[in-house]
Amino acid sequence: MAMTTPRQRVGWGAANFVVIALALIPVLWMVSLSFKTPAAILDPSFWPQSWTTSNYQQILETSQFIRPLVNSIGIGLIATLIAVIFASMAAYAIARLDFPGKGLLIGLSLLIAMFPQIALVTPMFNIERDLHLFNTWPGLIIPYVAFGLPLGIYTLSAFFREIPWELEKAAKVDGATPFQAFTQVIAPLAAPGMVTTAILVFLFCWNEFLFAISFTSTLSSRTAPAAIEYFSGSSQFTVPTGPISAAAVVITIPIIIFVLFFQRRIVSGLTSGAVKG
Amino acid sequence: MSTRSEAAAAPAVKKPAARSRRQLSEGARAERNLGWWLCAPAVIVMAAVTAYPVIYAIFLSLEKYNLEYPQDVKFIGFANYASVLTSSYWWQALEVTLIITVFSVAITLVLGMALAMLMFRTLIGKGWVRTAALIPYGIVTVAAAYGWQYAWTPGQGYLSAVFNYSAPLTHQINAIIVIIVAEIWKTTPFMGLLLLAGLSLVPDDLQKAAKVDGATAWQRFTRITLPLMKPAILVALLFRTLDSFRIFDNIFILTAGANHTGSVSILGYDNLFNALNLGIGSTISILIFICVAIIAFAFIKGFGTAAPGTSLNRR
Repeated sequence: MAMTTPRQRVGWGAANFVVIALALIPVLWMVSLSFKTPAAILDPSFWPQSWTTSNYQQILETSQFIRPLVNSIGIGLIATLIAVIFASMAAYAIARLDFPGKGLLIGLSLLIAMFPQIALVTPMFNIERDLHLFNTWPGLIIPYVAFGLPLGIYTLSAFFREIPWELEKAAKVDGATPFQAFTQVIAPLAAPGMVTTAILVFLFCWNEFLFAISFTSTLSSRTAPAAIEYFSGSSQFTVPTGPISAAAVVITIPIIIFVLFFQRRIVSGLTSGAVKG
Repeated sequence: MSTRSEAAAAPAVKKPAARSRRQLSEGARAERNLGWWLCAPAVIVMAAVTAYPVIYAIFLSLEKYNLEYPQDVKFIGFANYASVLTSSYWWQALEVTLIITVFSVAITLVLGMALAMLMFRTLIGKGWVRTAALIPYGIVTVAAAYGWQYAWTPGQGYLSAVFNYSAPLTHQINAIIVIIVAEIWKTTPFMGLLLLAGLSLVPDDLQKAAKVDGATAWQRFTRITLPLMKPAILVALLFRTLDSFRIFDNIFILTAGANHTGSVSILGYDNLFNALNLGIGSTISILIFICVAIIAFAFIKGFGTAAPGTSLNRR
């Protein structure tokens, strides 16, 4: 292991470079398009000849994009919060308690993790119309919580199993109240797992498209990925390539920030539930 | 469980064993109730959003129900199934879905394995590779799909030369290739990460021992790494196959299903929002659900004891 020849280093470096390039080129292409002028969009060169921010001004001036962005953030945060709370409760039970039906719960969440969402769209569309949930925030939050839960239960039960619960007892022996033992010993140990889960669930909500276009009809609840679909060009005959690219870049930025800051956590969260489970 | 084995081991001391079983079941009952209460909210939400609509869809699929004629709703038995299963649209969409699933999953598996090896073994820049790989995973599929669409557009995209400036998205086979490329780009990192976790469970000693015995790198990979990774590979394949089978976002943006490139999910969506036919739409939903169940069942048969969930149970 310690023997690394310069040639090996060059080999690994080249392989790394290929992976990084393949991952980034499509993203850089969107960034480049978003800074091109409408005339230069038809120019196939990778980078713009002259840079403009007019595409960004155009999308950030109107409510066509700002309002969906607010919806995306609001719906994503509320769904994430609810999913993490419910998933923590269930994961605690799975990791710490013995009760019949545990296997069923794990089976159910696995089933939902792999569920074909389109199979729900037709019946849910009709149910949401009947319950007046169609085109509202709760109309998206409820399905997002349901599909975030399996992810959360898997990730969190893997995390909760690793917590040394004897510490709780030790703290009580040392005179801590149950509340103190929980808030000062257990909660800090559980927090990283919950943050990881929250990131994964939020990414799912932020990404979701099928429910977002199916269960919304106006700007009041349409999320950002769905709203891009409805962008129009400056005239009937222009394709709004620039504004769409700018909007795509804006909704991609949070993802890149998450990935840069929480790379390790995202990796451990994604793999803990799926493979160990 | 311990009470049962104690009782079986010492049948002579029946009475105290029975009493302790009752006492234990007091505590066990409290624990059981707490377990159920803690799981209840999650179970209720998941059942309300999946089980209930599926059952409702079964009823809808047996009805003639078009939103354009809301007065004319009636029970028609399996007529909807007959019309979907005899329609070329359904089989066409199923064929496209299966082609996309098979090719994208197979290529993703190979590339994902290479990526996992790279992330596991690379000597420099490990963090950089992982961060870069997570970007396609995390990016909004719709945003990436627009990038791909413009990249292939003749005269405007950097990739348009690949298809000789011929607008690949207007041609069935080329469009499906473009869709598969977009899927592979998006999903290889996830596959790579799942396989990486499996790879890290392969004991290093075995590799070293084989190396000492003179096994080549390829032999070590096929004889040691792959067999030991089989459970991780099967889990990753199951996840990816079912995820790929429900492909929607990429096709919706890239072709919207034009020129016979629609998947079953696109068909279901179009049926609801263009034809407004709840009966036929629900029939398609149920058929997709059955397809997914068949795929999952086949995989779990193949898993044997390595099925996901069983090991979670065991621990």
